[in-house]
Amino acid sequence: MAQSKLWTKAPTWVVYSLGFLPAAYLVYGVVTNSLGPDPIAVLENNLGEHALQFLLLGLAITPLMRFAKINLVKYRRAIGLIAFFYVVLHLLVYTLLDRQLDLNAIIGDIWKRPYITIGMSAFLLLVPLAITSNNFSIRKLGAATWNKLHKIVYAAVILGALHYMLLTKTWQLEPIIYFTLAVLLVASRKFYPKRKKQTRQNPQTSKTQTA
Amino acid sequence: ALNVAIKDSPYSTKDPANPFEDITTYNNFYEFGTGKGDPAANAGALTTEPWSIKVGGLVNNPSTIDINDILNSPELEERIYRLRCVEAWSMVIPWVGIPLANVLKKYDYQGDAKYVSFETLVRPEEMIGQRSAFGLDWPYVEGLRLDEAMHPLTILAVGVYGKQMPNQNGAPIRLVVPWKYGFKSIKSIVGINFVAQQPPTTWNLQAPSEYGFYSNVNPGVDHPRWSQKSEKIIGSGIFGSRRQTEQFNGYKEEVASLYEGMDLVKNY
Repeated sequence: MAQSKLWTKAPTWVVYSLGFLPAAYLVYGVVTNSLGPDPIAVLENNLGEHALQFLLLGLAITPLMRFAKINLVKYRRAIGLIAFFYVVLHLLVYTLLDRQLDLNAIIGDIWKRPYITIGMSAFLLLVPLAITSNNFSIRKLGAATWNKLHKIVYAAVILGALHYMLLTKTWQLEPIIYFTLAVLLVASRKFYPKRKKQTRQNPQTSKTQTA
Repeated sequence: ALNVAIKDSPYSTKDPANPFEDITTYNNFYEFGTGKGDPAANAGALTTEPWSIKVGGLVNNPSTIDINDILNSPELEERIYRLRCVEAWSMVIPWVGIPLANVLKKYDYQGDAKYVSFETLVRPEEMIGQRSAFGLDWPYVEGLRLDEAMHPLTILAVGVYGKQMPNQNGAPIRLVVPWKYGFKSIKSIVGINFVAQQPPTTWNLQAPSEYGFYSNVNPGVDHPRWSQKSEKIIGSGIFGSRRQTEQFNGYKEEVASLYEGMDLVKNY
């Protein structure tokens, strides 16, 4: 069955631009001093939430193709890199603005507070994925190795959602929704419809079919 | 506006107070939602008139206090207090209130009354957070040892900045215990009881290892989620300052004697 081409017409830069809009909106909030009495927390929370949203979106692309025949694979690298951009900003706000680069406090947090330990692990897992999100790395590593490496994102998303769920003082609906979505999207990979053996393709497309 | 002669209280801090805007838009009041802005958005639904507080328990003259008796009390005064939240942030708030001791001493409580317990209104039709399937059990309950309740720093507050208490801050009447983490200062109080045993408290029931009965501000005892060594100063902006948290939130001189000989790490 032919996959819809309708979705793949927009150039990637459109996705990047849309992806950076929430960040621009937060910068606007900072500049106009309209983020309320605790702007640092607003930045921290929003950036973290956007990171999770883009990670989940990236994870939804393969199931969308398998179950709904909607092919957005072309945008996956952009979505993943945007997610990483939000993770980095989230971490920068925490270390620079919230903790004011107090290394003892930061190390204490990572060591003693499970939600920060988990969040930091998720960040570290994403670093190699961000670094290898380019055609050169796919060629250098080979598609099979590259695919294997990028399965780390499953662990990172689940840890990221767990990080959110553990930081609230009571059980709250939003983090539970994120966590559930993360688990469902990862689990969905076990239930793909069967497909015919495909002929060998170039690495770029091949990776997108199996990741 | 409340009928208060604004006099300087020796208990007021000289630290600059947060603007009214900060105090009324950045709140933890889970009865109206878990977000900091939720109480300001949702607490308008609360009816605070009429309002009364039932005082009972181990007391020979239980009674019901009409809120108007306190709102019109000549004993009201302004108390500018530091507020330290367990989430490691702080504000400075000019409360208007009356020492809790002034209210309690009218009661002929019995010899075995060692604690005072407090209870918040339960009215899910007006308190949207109480309709949630997640989170805390209602009513919100808190408690103090009798000597803590009688301490001159402990007040029942009915206003902020000379105005009647905004709903999101715990209208019409709330407790303020400035040397303890903010959640001890229970809001929208409808019941006060003299009791013999240490009463259950809401956050302690929720997570006993995180929130103790005493919950005195203590930079030496970390909360599992937050280091308590320093605090974010609300209202100081994006490059705002943190500062070192002080023992008993800076009220050590006034209250340390209450805890003489006690292990404050064990009794967190």
